[in-house]
Amino acid sequence: MALIKCPGYPEDTLRSLAERLPCRETQLATLLALMGQPDQYSYPSVFIYGHRATGKSHVVLSIMKDLELPHASVDCVECVSSGLLFHQVLSAFFGPDAAALLPRCPSLSDFVRLYKQMSSNSPATQTRYIILDRAERMRDMDFSLLPALLRLQELVNDNVTVILLSEIVWEKFRPNTGCFEPLLFHFPDYSKAELVQILSWDHHPSYTPELYASYINILLGVFFSVCRDLRELRHLAVLNFSKFCEPLEKGEAKESDIHKLWKNIEPHLQRAMQTVYLREVSSVQWEQQFFFSPLPVVLSAHAHIELPYYSKFLLIAAYLASFNPARTDRRFFLKSHGKIRKTNFLKKHEKTSNHLLGPKPFPLDRLMAIFYSVVDSRVAPTASIFSQISSLVTLQLLSQVGHDDQLDSPKYKCSVSLDFILAISRCVCVCVRLYRYQYYKFLNDTQPYI
Amino acid sequence: MSKRRSLTEAQCVSLAQKLLRERLCHQKLPDRPLALDSQYKHLLELLRRTAVHGESNSVLIVGPRGSGKTMLLGCVLRELMSLKEAQKNVLLVELNGLLQTDDKIALKEITRQLHLENVVGDKVFGSFAENLAFLLEALKKGDKSSSRPVVFVLDEFDLFAHHKNQTLLYNLLDVSQSAQTPVAVLGLTCRLDVLELLEKRVKSRFSHRQIHLFSSLSFAQYVDAVRSQLSLPPDFPDPKFSDAWNHSSYTQSLFPLSAFTAGIFKPIHLFLSVSRVSVSHSTLHEADLLEASRLISADSKAIILHGLSILELCLIIAMKHLNDTYDGEPFNFQMVHNEFKKFIQRKSHSIHKFEKPVVMKAFEHLLQLELVRPVDSGVCKVQREYQLMRLMLEHGQVMEALQRYPQCPTDVKQWALSAFA
Repeated sequence: MALIKCPGYPEDTLRSLAERLPCRETQLATLLALMGQPDQYSYPSVFIYGHRATGKSHVVLSIMKDLELPHASVDCVECVSSGLLFHQVLSAFFGPDAAALLPRCPSLSDFVRLYKQMSSNSPATQTRYIILDRAERMRDMDFSLLPALLRLQELVNDNVTVILLSEIVWEKFRPNTGCFEPLLFHFPDYSKAELVQILSWDHHPSYTPELYASYINILLGVFFSVCRDLRELRHLAVLNFSKFCEPLEKGEAKESDIHKLWKNIEPHLQRAMQTVYLREVSSVQWEQQFFFSPLPVVLSAHAHIELPYYSKFLLIAAYLASFNPARTDRRFFLKSHGKIRKTNFLKKHEKTSNHLLGPKPFPLDRLMAIFYSVVDSRVAPTASIFSQISSLVTLQLLSQVGHDDQLDSPKYKCSVSLDFILAISRCVCVCVRLYRYQYYKFLNDTQPYI
Repeated sequence: MSKRRSLTEAQCVSLAQKLLRERLCHQKLPDRPLALDSQYKHLLELLRRTAVHGESNSVLIVGPRGSGKTMLLGCVLRELMSLKEAQKNVLLVELNGLLQTDDKIALKEITRQLHLENVVGDKVFGSFAENLAFLLEALKKGDKSSSRPVVFVLDEFDLFAHHKNQTLLYNLLDVSQSAQTPVAVLGLTCRLDVLELLEKRVKSRFSHRQIHLFSSLSFAQYVDAVRSQLSLPPDFPDPKFSDAWNHSSYTQSLFPLSAFTAGIFKPIHLFLSVSRVSVSHSTLHEADLLEASRLISADSKAIILHGLSILELCLIIAMKHLNDTYDGEPFNFQMVHNEFKKFIQRKSHSIHKFEKPVVMKAFEHLLQLELVRPVDSGVCKVQREYQLMRLMLEHGQVMEALQRYPQCPTDVKQWALSAFA
């Protein structure tokens, strides 16, 4: 690790700072060079951008805290109104009494005036820093807040620098008529080797670091092509390590049997990708479930929905009504449909296939007609059937289209995906594929689909 | 006055940094703005007429961002205040369109800058005009015959034109036309079409005097200006160091450098180069200037693409293919997923087949980075998978990002390069 030298700051503080920020030494050195010595001026505004969990806030705040620089750190998500931002900045620099001088609903003009007043009483001997985290939220606040903060140094005539941190690029921030351009600084993402290095930092004390490093490599082998966010990977590493060490504890394998350990953990990680990574289950549930059942099933929120018997048929009928065009109903749902001319079924606008553009609305009568055709037994149109339709709407498996006051012929749309319908239809032994218009198109077109 | 004390190298470097940083960041006023002589004379003459002879005037200074409007005004005001007659009489009111976003706030600010809060006290006025008239009346000197001239400086003038009814502008320009109090109204703006923004009654009261600031430097003068920005002043304590600095190698190469990089050397470039100077590297080299220029002109979207996962990159390539096939029409997640599945089935060996929710999460990450944006950008009544979106990247950016992507699998690259999906 190269020694970071910067005049004006004590060397051992810099060294301990560099040790706490692995793989970020270049960025640390550049930031220190930009900031210069404490009493020198720095560029009025700096914009730091980079992906999530690349260490932007961590590096900047660590620098501020360790080197004890006067700073005000504000998270823009918390600032519902700009008055909260002003309050936090003034109380960080000049104490809560100064912040109390702000009127209710302060405007930017009040803030600048108070700042000028306070800083003429106590002028800055060192550069003051205002750090705005998640700065993309500032675009939704007052339109003049962002341009004014970018040139705050000029407006208040004080040695202050504004640092903006965001994951969105600067081009999306620029106002229409332009503004003072900040200095853009990029925090690059971590490479795979750097991720291994950082994740190996929290290795368990009762196992060797080499074992943990091999575990991290296996984890990255599964997850790296999907997600490179350090926070997510750390979370997954912590959750699954005990499962990884299970064969070691049971005595079935030694630390050098990497292949055996890999075979044990790999299906587990695949399942984690489908559940914990997607937040379908919480981490507590995840840790519990593999202790109780030896063969964990894919836990999915959808698998837990239990529908009454006729509701399943109603839902299947709704799906078919949404995705089949109305003129093909005769062909699919009538027992005897007479001669069908072999015309080109596909209209031009239906070539981009139906199921890619979304479900279409259908009237209630059509739903009932398809329902009677799909259900194998005779069903009477009682109120219980219609109330099941309403409960499907409440469960948001169907959605109602059009006005609520249209009582005569309400229109609905199906809001579930094909996978869910296939899962349901397996329960009730309905062959949905035979009815699907897409399947028919496949016979015509030989265009492969799922 | 040069002091005869020997400074160490480190102290010289830090003193040089301090001087240059103050010049570049804090933007100290130069003695005379460069190549703006006619504009300087014009403005000074106007203000002198208001201050000394009591004539009311209004003028707009128009120029692109960074062309020196505030600097010009600062220099002119500095010279004006050095005149004996002006010093005692003239009052200055500085308003900024970014800070005073409302006419009420602007009026309070005017009252405050004229130090008339006590005089106004708790009075309630019927209209803006009454309030302003009261303020200007209060400025009259003891014998009530003449009144002190006021100079109003309106920064970001175009933002004042967005206030309701343009009351402030109307009243200020009205006063400047009605010859009661000598008032000078100076507006600074970056919009060339600022007069279109004014209402008819406001425009008619404006004197239509505009001072345009377009750079009229020749290339050699420009290079000289950059060189003088970066050189240390003659009263630097260590003359040997400042000599070595001022004549270092970068000065010879400034002329070809400026032509080569085709980038204007703004203060930001110069600041970045200066910040790289340290004890081990104690003079400026052309490598510093080149590096600064490269950092500033980097394409940030291509840089962001470097940090995406393989799955997200494949989704972007799928969207690019959809754009090519359907000529830029908006797409939804189902279509992108479809393209991706076709790729996995036919051409891919290295990409694992991912479940649909995992692909959806990757797609939502792209949404959060604003690389993909919904077309209507409002409350969506459609399911998430069917909402129409557009890709915010260009063909060239995607291809460039692919070239630089670390360890990109070859089948993904070939898929991107193929004309038909």
